[in-house]
Amino acid sequence: MPVTAPITLSARNLIRRFGQREVIHGISLELRHGEVLGLLGHNGAGKSTTLQMLTGALLPHSGEIEICGFDLTRQSQKAKAQTGFLPETPPLYREMSVNDFLIFAAKLHRIPRAQIADALTETKRRCGLQDNGKKIIGTLSKGYQQRVGIAQAIIHQPEVIILDEPTVGLDPSQIRDIRALIRELGNMHSVILSTHLLGEVESICDRVEIMHHGRLIYGDSSTKMQQYGSQSGFIVTLLAPPTLSELHAIAGIQQVDQLSPTQFRILHAANTNPSAALLALAAQHGWQAEQLVPLQTRLEDVFMQITQDEKL
Amino acid sequence: MILTIAHKEFRSLFSIPSTWLILGALQFIFAWFFFARLDVFLQVQSQLAQLANAPGATLAVAAPLFGTIALILMMLIPIFTMRLIAEERRNQTLTLLMSAPVSDTHIVVGKFIGLMLFLLLIIASCMLMVLTLAAGTQLDTGLLLTNALGLMLLAASYAALGLYISSLTKQPVVAAIGALAILFGLWLADVSAVDNNNTWRALAPTSHFQNFNIGLLNIIDLMFFLLFCTVFLLLTIRRLHNNRIYS
Repeated sequence: MPVTAPITLSARNLIRRFGQREVIHGISLELRHGEVLGLLGHNGAGKSTTLQMLTGALLPHSGEIEICGFDLTRQSQKAKAQTGFLPETPPLYREMSVNDFLIFAAKLHRIPRAQIADALTETKRRCGLQDNGKKIIGTLSKGYQQRVGIAQAIIHQPEVIILDEPTVGLDPSQIRDIRALIRELGNMHSVILSTHLLGEVESICDRVEIMHHGRLIYGDSSTKMQQYGSQSGFIVTLLAPPTLSELHAIAGIQQVDQLSPTQFRILHAANTNPSAALLALAAQHGWQAEQLVPLQTRLEDVFMQITQDEKL
Repeated sequence: MILTIAHKEFRSLFSIPSTWLILGALQFIFAWFFFARLDVFLQVQSQLAQLANAPGATLAVAAPLFGTIALILMMLIPIFTMRLIAEERRNQTLTLLMSAPVSDTHIVVGKFIGLMLFLLLIIASCMLMVLTLAAGTQLDTGLLLTNALGLMLLAASYAALGLYISSLTKQPVVAAIGALAILFGLWLADVSAVDNNNTWRALAPTSHFQNFNIGLLNIIDLMFFLLFCTVFLLLTIRRLHNNRIYS
């Protein structure tokens, strides 16, 4: 992800109240062209509210949103023409056919009349809806309705695509299809999606922002997030194990825990890796080394850790 | 943009079976009243002929029919307006319009025009029925035209009011009952008024329609309908805007 790519969406200090209660406390976001940003958080963390503000469906009480250089409050129509939005519940007119609905969405987003037919075919191809054009939306399955929802959001080739929990309620194979589609969209547009599924973030997002009680508490690339607070180390299986002190004596090893008679968890500093030395010794002394698995923090643990840290 | 939304509203009305049912039933009711009036007219025709300035078929048959239609529209329009915004809100499709590059004015006026096209269809179908009289007698074109204009304006004012009530709630049924209650209240204010200069009576669209019904084209009545529509359309636009702020 080049840092030089143009910024397509920027939000500064968004504040939103519902009645007297402030639910979004000063959120700032930036999104670059060709980037997929995941907005992660518990239920009720304010993800949907934030996304709705970014699309102009809700107005922030203070703060500014700029989309492709257009201010969302002052030049709202130009700014909105550059966004596509799939809300939590796909906004589908159940009594319309897929074609009619997509044509309506295309007109609504000001696609010139002459290009509508092309845009329609192209969008249906991308979302795998070629054979469903004439069907009534209400008769489609949930997965296909979700696809129509996504098709509606991308038919006008917007710069910024905003998806609110795009894979909720789909079966595993549909989830895989939609994730592949989002990944593909991320190459040509900027995508921002909210989710509480960590696997989704792992598989499709370049960058993660974690939201907690209406604040962004952590933001980084998703690979870096996986390393957050993790300890370098590995688990080794030795069928004829030596004593613990022998293992401790190897240079670079900070801590050894015996998990089972033959399994040991070995922690070491991030910059040194004593695994080679250990394997050499094992060969020398006949410890019968069998498996060496690096410790991997699961995103779930990281997420829990980050949100826990915030509570303290 | 306005026309895109209007076109969509108009088409989606016809994708619901109940619309066709209502159209059919309505046509039946109109025909029933029409024949009943015509029958009465034919029976008393010979006596009317002895009067010096006898009312013609248009005044005796068409005008009362239009009066009846005005009443039926009052009960009918809330059924069509209830869906306009309340149902979109309930099905969460309103977000599509709110996040699209269209202004609140486009949305409201588009929906209003879409429904008006449909109502014009109903009024036109009824006009056609009356025009069949032309086969047997001379029609009073002026009276017919003022009646048609009056019905259109009356329908427009009902539609604007219904649209506003629909924008207040999430439940279409509540919107329908609310709009019907208000229209009924306004109608009661009209029929229960003892003198013609009653202020409450002046607020009722039906009282202003009566002038059109007898062939009087009055600038005050015209202004009333225009103001009535504008006020409620503006209120709806305002309500949609507030939707972005408070909801």
